[in-house]
Amino acid sequence: MIKPAVVTIDGRDVAIEGERNLLELIRKAHVELPTFCYHSELSIYGACRLCLVDVEGRGIMGACSTPPEPGMRIKTSTAEIREIRRITIELLLANHDGHCPTCPKSDNCKLQALARRMGIETIRFKPRQKRVEVDNSSCSLTRDPNKCILCGDCVRVCTEIQGIGAINFAHRGSQAAVEPAFGKKLGDVECVNCGQCAAFCPTGVLTPKSEIPAVWRAFEDPRKKVVAQVAPAVRVALGECFGLPPGEEVTGRLVAALRAIGFAAVYDTSFTADLTVIEEGTEFLQRKTKGGKLPMFTSCCPAWVKFAEHNYPELLPNLSSCRSPQQMFGSLAKETLPQQLGVAKEDLVVVSIMPCTAKKFEARRPEFTHDGVADVDIVLTTQELARMIEEAGLDFKALEPDSLDMPFGFYTGAGVIFGASGGVSEAVLRFAAEALTGKPLAKVDFLQVRGEGGLREASVVIDGTTVKIAMVHGLANARHVAELVKAGKADYDVIEVMACPGGCIGGAGQPIAGNGLARKARTKGLYDADKRLPLHKSQDNLFVTQSYQEHLGPVGGERAHNLLHTHYHNRRPSDEGELQKHETPAEVRLQVKICAGTACLVRGAQKIAHAVRGYVEEHSLQNMVDVRMIFCSENCGNGPTVMVGDRVLPRCTVEEARQALDEELANHT
Amino acid sequence: MTTMQARSPDRAEQLATLRAILERHGRQPAKLIPILQAVQDEYRYLPEEVLSYVATALGLPPAHVYGVATFYAYFALEPKGKYVVRLCDGTACHVKNSLPILDALRDHLQVDEEHKTTADMQFTVETVACLGACGLAPVVMINGQVHSRMTPEAAVQLIEEIRKSEPAEA
Repeated sequence: MIKPAVVTIDGRDVAIEGERNLLELIRKAHVELPTFCYHSELSIYGACRLCLVDVEGRGIMGACSTPPEPGMRIKTSTAEIREIRRITIELLLANHDGHCPTCPKSDNCKLQALARRMGIETIRFKPRQKRVEVDNSSCSLTRDPNKCILCGDCVRVCTEIQGIGAINFAHRGSQAAVEPAFGKKLGDVECVNCGQCAAFCPTGVLTPKSEIPAVWRAFEDPRKKVVAQVAPAVRVALGECFGLPPGEEVTGRLVAALRAIGFAAVYDTSFTADLTVIEEGTEFLQRKTKGGKLPMFTSCCPAWVKFAEHNYPELLPNLSSCRSPQQMFGSLAKETLPQQLGVAKEDLVVVSIMPCTAKKFEARRPEFTHDGVADVDIVLTTQELARMIEEAGLDFKALEPDSLDMPFGFYTGAGVIFGASGGVSEAVLRFAAEALTGKPLAKVDFLQVRGEGGLREASVVIDGTTVKIAMVHGLANARHVAELVKAGKADYDVIEVMACPGGCIGGAGQPIAGNGLARKARTKGLYDADKRLPLHKSQDNLFVTQSYQEHLGPVGGERAHNLLHTHYHNRRPSDEGELQKHETPAEVRLQVKICAGTACLVRGAQKIAHAVRGYVEEHSLQNMVDVRMIFCSENCGNGPTVMVGDRVLPRCTVEEARQALDEELANHT
Repeated sequence: MTTMQARSPDRAEQLATLRAILERHGRQPAKLIPILQAVQDEYRYLPEEVLSYVATALGLPPAHVYGVATFYAYFALEPKGKYVVRLCDGTACHVKNSLPILDALRDHLQVDEEHKTTADMQFTVETVACLGACGLAPVVMINGQVHSRMTPEAAVQLIEEIRKSEPAEA
C-alpha cells in the first residue's frame, strides 16, 4: 500500500490532495493563515508577506507561492514569524488613514481584523504619505487612495477576471499607488462600474458609493412618495448581513423592513424581469426567424453594456435593445404609478435595491431621464440597505414577513432566476419554447444552461429548431466570446453575459462573500425560490399581460418599444478604431470619419463632429452609423476632411456632411 | 498637448514615425519598454496621447502602459526643456557640496523639485544618482556634456552663457 504524500504542519501530518500551494494545504488543516493578497480566483502575487511559514531546512517562505512537497515540515506560528507579521501590519497602519469609525468598510476590513488578531496596540512608525484627494468621480464607486495597502487585489480582479485593467500600479517605491491611467479619475476612464475591485479590496479604498442620505431625505419630504423595487439576487444575500446563512430567502422580512423604514410601496424587479423575458424573447425570435443580427447578446447587465460600448462598438447591433429589468421598472413605474398612487410624477421617487454597483451608473444614463425626471431616482446596494435597516434599529431576524404590493410585486420563477448566471437564458427558453411550439411546456427546467463555469455552452432543440446558447460571467470571458463573434468563429444564437462571478448573486453590492461557497448557496436559493413559486414562465404572469393591455400595447409594438427599449453609444476613443491590432470584419454600419488633426480642428472639425453626432442621435441612426474622430488624414491643406463611407469630402461644411450622410445611407442598405 | 500642438505642422510625419517604431518592434506588448524608449527619443518625453496610442496599438490597457512609464525614472511624462541640466548628487559630488549648486540653479531658473522645467521651456533641472565622473566632482551635465568641479557661481554662469547664445525669439 502506498502511503499518501504528506506535509507536517505544526506537528500534524496533512495529506497533499492536489493543493496548488502551502496556503491551501494549511487552510485545509484549519489554520487560518493571515493574508491580504491571496485569492484562489486570482493569480498569486506574494506581496503582502503575511502568510509566511517556517519550512524546515529552507527558512521562512511565503505559503501562497510555495507548492507543497511530500516530507516538508512546516511551522506556521513561531516567535519570529509572529514578529514579522506584526511589524508588517504596523508599517501598513502607519501609512493608513485610520479613521476607522467613519470608514464604510469598518465592519468588514481585513486590516482592522488582522491588527486586532495580532494584538497591535501602538504604531511606532510615523506616517510618510501626503494625503491624496478622494476620487468621487464615479457614480458607482468611491476611491480613497489614503487607505491603500498596495496588495494589488483590485488590479488583478480588474485585469484577470474582468479583462479590463482600468486601474494599475503607477510610480515607484514610496510613491507607488494604484491609479487609473494618467492619474485620471475612475469616472473618466474605461471602468465599467462592476465594483469587483471593491468586493476584493481588503480595506476601505474602493467602496460602493452610498446614496443612503438621499433616501432618508426623500422620506422626510411630505410631498414625495417613495417606492422600492427589489432585484432578485438581493433576497438570497441580505440575510448574511444579519447572521443568516447565505442563500436563505428573506423576501418577506425584506418587505417588512422596507415598509418599516418608510417606503410607501414595495415592488419586485422580478416583475420587470418577466417583462424583459417577453420583450427579449420576442426580439430574439424575430431575429432568429426573420434573419436579424445574430448572435444576440443579452443587455441586462449594465457593466457588460458599458464594456461593449468601450471595446466592441461594432457588436452593439448584436446587443438586445431591451432595457434592463431595473430600467423597465423605472419607465413603467413613472408611467403608471403616479395615477395609481395619487402623486405627481415628479414627486414619485423610485428607489432600486440592487446587488450591483453598475446599476447606479445605469440609472444616470441620459437616455433614462425624460424632462428632468429620472426613471429610477436612487439605487441602493444590498449593503446599503442593510446599513439603513441597522440605522433604523430594526431587529431584522425577528421581523414578521410582509407581502409585496401589486401589481408590480407579482412575479414568476422565470423572473427570480435572473439573478444567477444562466437564469436569463433559461427564462427566455421557457418563453421561446412555448412561443415556437404553441403548446404548453411540460418541463420548465432547462438544466443544461445551469452551472458554475464562467464560459458555458448549451444546445436546446425546440420543435426542430436548435438554439445554441453561450453563458458567460466575468468580462474577460465575455471578451473571449466577443472576439470569436468578431472573427466569425462563434456559432451561437444567444450569448448571455453577466459581469460578476456567478451572475448578479455575486454582484459587488452584495455582502462581501469571502469565498465561492456563499455564491453557490445564493444561486441555490434563487432556484429553490423558483421551485416554491406557483408559476415558472413569464408569459403566465397575469399582471404582465395586464400591463400590455392597459399601458404598453402589443408586444414589440411602438409604445412598448419607446418604454422598454434603448440604444447604445460608441465609447471607443476617437482614434482607436484606426489602430486596432487586427482589422475588424467588414462593418455593416456606415462609417463617418472626421479628421481631428490640428489643421482640420482649427478649421472647425469639432463643430462638424458635434453637428453630425447630433443629427445621428436626433434621427436615431446610432445602429446604422458610426461617427468617429480619426487622427490626421494627411490632407491638411484641404481640411476639414470628412469621410462618409468611401466618399472623401475636402473642405467640408456641416451641410455637406449631412447631405452626404443622407445620400450614403440611402445607398447603404 | 501644448508641445504636440506646437509641433503640429509635421504631425502626420510624427505619427508616421510612431507607427514605424511600433512596426519595428512587431507591435509586441512584450517590447513595451524598448518602444517607449524609442518614442521618448523621438518626442523627448512621453505625451499622454502618444502613450494612449501605443497602448491601443499593443492591445494593452492604458493604465498598464502608464504604470510602466511612471515606474522608470528614465521616462518623462512632462515635456522637458531644450537644455536638460543634470546635477550629480552621488556620494562623491554630495560630499563636495553639490546641494548648494542645486539650490543656486533652482533659484536662478525659478524651478523646484516639483516643477523642474522653466516656463519658457528652455531648461530642466534634475538630479542624478551618479554620472560616473567622481574624480571631477561636483559635476553638472548639460545635454550630455559634462562640466567638472562646479561651484554655484560657475553653474549659474553656464546657464547665462547658454541664454546669451540663444536667439532672442526663443
